[in-house]
Amino acid sequence: MPPREGVYGLLAEFNTPSELVHATEMAHRAGYRRMECYTPYPVEEAAEALRFHKTGVPLMCLMGGIMGLITGYGMEVWVNVWGYPLNIAGRPLFSWPAFVIPGYEWTILFAGLSAAFGMIAQNGLPQLYHPLFNAPNFRDGATTDKFFLCLEAHDPKFSPTDTRAFLETFSPISVVEVDH
Amino acid sequence: MATQGPIHDPELVDPMIDPRTGEYAVIAPGHNFKSVTQKIAGIVLTANTPWAWVGGLFLAATVATGVIIAVTWLVLKGVGIWGVTIPGAWGFAIINFVWWIGIGHAGTLISAILLLFKQQWRNSINRFAEAMTIFAVCCAGMFPLLHVGRPWLGYWLLPYPNTMNVWPQFRSPLAWDVFAVSTYATISVVFWYIGMIPDFGTLRDRAKLPIAKYFYGLLSLGWRGSTRHWIRYESASLLLAGLSTPLVLSVHTTISFDFAVAAMAGWHTTIFPPYFVAGAVYSGFAMVLTLAIPIRKFYHLEDLVTLRHLDNMAKVMLTTGLIVAYGYGMEVFMAWYSASHWEFFMMWNRMFGPMGWAYWILILTNIAIPLTTLWSRKLRVNVGYLFFLSFVVNIGMWFERFVIVVTSLYRDYLPSSWGTYRATKWDYMLFIGTWGMFTFLFLLFARLAPMIPMSEIKMMLPQTKIRPGGADAEVVTQEAL
Repeated sequence: MPPREGVYGLLAEFNTPSELVHATEMAHRAGYRRMECYTPYPVEEAAEALRFHKTGVPLMCLMGGIMGLITGYGMEVWVNVWGYPLNIAGRPLFSWPAFVIPGYEWTILFAGLSAAFGMIAQNGLPQLYHPLFNAPNFRDGATTDKFFLCLEAHDPKFSPTDTRAFLETFSPISVVEVDH
Repeated sequence: MATQGPIHDPELVDPMIDPRTGEYAVIAPGHNFKSVTQKIAGIVLTANTPWAWVGGLFLAATVATGVIIAVTWLVLKGVGIWGVTIPGAWGFAIINFVWWIGIGHAGTLISAILLLFKQQWRNSINRFAEAMTIFAVCCAGMFPLLHVGRPWLGYWLLPYPNTMNVWPQFRSPLAWDVFAVSTYATISVVFWYIGMIPDFGTLRDRAKLPIAKYFYGLLSLGWRGSTRHWIRYESASLLLAGLSTPLVLSVHTTISFDFAVAAMAGWHTTIFPPYFVAGAVYSGFAMVLTLAIPIRKFYHLEDLVTLRHLDNMAKVMLTTGLIVAYGYGMEVFMAWYSASHWEFFMMWNRMFGPMGWAYWILILTNIAIPLTTLWSRKLRVNVGYLFFLSFVVNIGMWFERFVIVVTSLYRDYLPSSWGTYRATKWDYMLFIGTWGMFTFLFLLFARLAPMIPMSEIKMMLPQTKIRPGGADAEVVTQEAL
């Protein structure tokens, strides 16, 4: 658990995605690991510079889908064979083709909900407070037209002076210290 | 002689046409991240509510009171106030249900199928098409629920342990419908909301009013545009698109099973599922045009919803319209080829019986007018004509469902039980009321939520190009301007 007081990190603001990706790549090469980019739209190159590739969302979606299929189909079989058996025009109680559609719908329902809520949960949202919102320039740009790189203070390589000097070499618009 | 035709004159060349491809541009040139944000967020965050919007909302609310009155009277008196009777037991309720849910399908098609096919032009129209889906499903879901007679016992449709020890019967397509439509509604709402989270973040950051900051802040869940979040977000969007694609196809397929599983002349055919899905997309794109054309004009969004979008949507309508036309042709062919007396009579009765007029309206509005004119590019980019055509197709698609439901039922196997179908004023009031309800919900959405996804539009701008080294960033900015 990182400390909840003091400096959260140093936040550099850039005008273009190219500068951001370049600075992130250089920071990674310089040995920084605890860092994050903030952009108004998904910048895949920034994720590559952060060496962030795998997400757990597809696995969650698959698990949800399998769960939905078993739940849906199993429920139908139980209901129509054991729970409340009815003779409908002489058809077998276990009419497996007829059970496909609701089972299929629940597969999609569970998979979709798992993907959506799994993504939100893995992102740690909802999180209405975040130290970055304290930075005076962050909310003005991060969701509009500016590109941010934050080197976080709990990185072993972090130092308020050296890290600032390092970020200044990429000529950002500004480098701001962010408090918890 | 005329070496300098008008097309070569730089003064006369349309700036919206890309000279390299000869196609209309997806987004007008000259936009940057800031201008896109200001344009789209400005519609929501402005303090001045346009008077025309207030007037429209008032009018829509007035029409929507028809729903309240008609439903109240229905609950007090029962479904006897509708025109449904034997033999025409499925009247307006089922016609309107199928029509509305079909309209919704274009929203999912745009947001899911076109995303999988990497059709970037969809980015401008997917948000309000998804909103259209949800509001159309709201209108659609009401009809079967009211049609069961005692809507307050609607939860009996769901499988749940109860003291009566009674469970649903899963061999019936009507039980499948409950699962298909409820899943469709849920997934559509989730997909729509997930899509709006980053844009709610933008609105939270740009709002001036404390109440707006508060509510958009809650809705954005604290979105801050972190790259790791974005990657998971994109992954979830892609998965939802991949799941919605088979879902949307299965929903109208299930609805067509309501008909096709019954041993009724004119219903009992295998062509129903593809023909229903194509018809749904056909009417849905018509409804997207009905909404998009006034909106782009009213909010001056011609830069973002360009003629390219209208042209492409018209092309989708042409394709799906042709599939529908094939379906009509195949129905007539099979009525003859099956050598079934009942099928043959049904088709003859459909065309030349007492309700034959409905069939010919359908042929005129679904086939004759759109499928002869949509081949012309001039007409496909003629905004006024497309607006007119969108109404024509929606009328046609409503009549398609009318013809399917009514003409098969009112003269079936036993001539002694023949009857007719006549809708009552309550049928009309409820149906017209749903138009008001749909418009009312859509106008509220246009005022309170971002109609066009800002983050997705930004991804299409030339400024997103990454230059290695990052040093010549100035060049990118210059080029874009």
